[in-house]
Amino acid sequence: MDFEYLFELLCGGVVKGSIYALIALGYTMVYGIIQLINFAHGEIYMVGAFVALIITGILTLSGYSDSGLSVLVLAAVIAVIYAAAYGYTLEKIAYRPLRNAPRLSPLISAIGASIFLMNYVQLVQTPDFLPFPELVPEFEFMEPLSRFVSSVDMVILVVTALTMVALTVLIKYTKIGKAMRATQQDMVMARLVGINVDRVISATFIIGSVLAAIAGVLIASRTGQINSAIGFMAGIKAFTAAVLGGIGNIPGAVLGAMVLGIAETFGAGYISSAYEDVFAFGLLVLILILRPAGLLGKAVKQKV
Amino acid sequence: MLEVRNIQTYYGNIQALKSVSLTINEGEIVTLIGANGAGKSTTLMSICGVTPPRHGQILFRGEPIQHLSAEQIVSQGIIQVPEGRHIFPQMSVIENLEMGAYLRNDRAGIKADIDDVFGRFPILEKRRNQAGGTLSGGEQQMLAISRALLARPSLLLLDEPSLGLAPLIIKQIFEIIKQINAESNTTVFLVEQNANQALKIAHRGYVMENGAITMEDRAENLLSNEEVKKAYLGM
Repeated sequence: MDFEYLFELLCGGVVKGSIYALIALGYTMVYGIIQLINFAHGEIYMVGAFVALIITGILTLSGYSDSGLSVLVLAAVIAVIYAAAYGYTLEKIAYRPLRNAPRLSPLISAIGASIFLMNYVQLVQTPDFLPFPELVPEFEFMEPLSRFVSSVDMVILVVTALTMVALTVLIKYTKIGKAMRATQQDMVMARLVGINVDRVISATFIIGSVLAAIAGVLIASRTGQINSAIGFMAGIKAFTAAVLGGIGNIPGAVLGAMVLGIAETFGAGYISSAYEDVFAFGLLVLILILRPAGLLGKAVKQKV
Repeated sequence: MLEVRNIQTYYGNIQALKSVSLTINEGEIVTLIGANGAGKSTTLMSICGVTPPRHGQILFRGEPIQHLSAEQIVSQGIIQVPEGRHIFPQMSVIENLEMGAYLRNDRAGIKADIDDVFGRFPILEKRRNQAGGTLSGGEQQMLAISRALLARPSLLLLDEPSLGLAPLIIKQIFEIIKQINAESNTTVFLVEQNANQALKIAHRGYVMENGAITMEDRAENLLSNEEVKKAYLGM
């Protein structure tokens, strides 16, 4: 057995999983609170990538000539702010008016919002693929590892890890994080202790969108090209990851994403890369048969 | 302190409260008794702004509050312990208590109040890091009441605090309600099916039937009222 190859695939899988995880978190957090699959979430990720592309373009044209990495950081920050505004507005326009409607209505609205955003970007930008500049330099210290992880991959891994830590701290210790957990566990009681549930839901959409935009910028600088349709597949995959881990469960989304990413690269590397998506969705079907609640989808038993 | 005037509350097209009026004076324990489905819980949820009334007025200290949002009503000091306790199941006992103080910002005061409820309920201190959902029914009720106290209520609304608990614990809970009322001068509005116990600790009582108040009197009079005895006290 070729262990070097195996390790290479594993690294590739984890990198892929990181991107899925960043997007899947948005799905799972929103679902946890309002039991809605936000199908427009993939589009937020795409918008994030586009904003970053536009900003890098402007920076390059205006002769802002620092290192590529600082351009990337600046572009990412602006992309994140834009995406947060998109997420907030999306919730306000497409979901809040349907808060007390039957569950199917917001779902349809979500699909509509997804189609709208995709076409909107297609219209104001272009349906073609656009090249995304290579902004991450080749780090010298990565030389010995370059067979397994490229410099871009390293940036993805580090940024994802930092984002996860930040998210964990936010949810565990901050006031808004506690309010989010309380709302998720018991919305009526959350209102009875004085939590403004609408504000919590807005915050959830904003946080999810921020994560998706980070993922969008990262993936764009890895693949080197984006178009208005990239949100669709990424969204479906991340949704799969969230279901795989147990929808509504935050650690589950990360675990599901890693499992999905690794399954995909292993399937592609050992069997055939043409069937990459088959491995992803085949795995989903398998999990849904064997563990319908997902890998970690099991609530603490409550005594009544 | 609280004056409810002819409120009517609907769930969709179904009218749950036909015309409910009641008054609660500062420092009192007032109880609302009635059968299942009479509209007792809906009355509380209407006061708290969770299911706002479609018609009628609710005055708190003379100001109308029926149009305020649930969190604005909480900030006025009207705190409910809902039926079924509604503990946040995956949050620890400490976190549940902290949620009770969600609208407060005085860290030191919150800490002192937590120590205070631990003094009142030592079992909660023992379970401080345990998930709320794993507590027994009686412990959960204690936690639910403690969480409400962390909000420093001026008016405490309790919905069926004795539901599903063992007789000994029920006695303890009623004792605690009396204490809270006496010690911290908290006005208490107690909704109960356990009419006998509720009327014993209350100053005044209301009887509710089919979404309307049918009787109102001093608690001791209701306890000896023949109709009440037959319908709610099983005598």
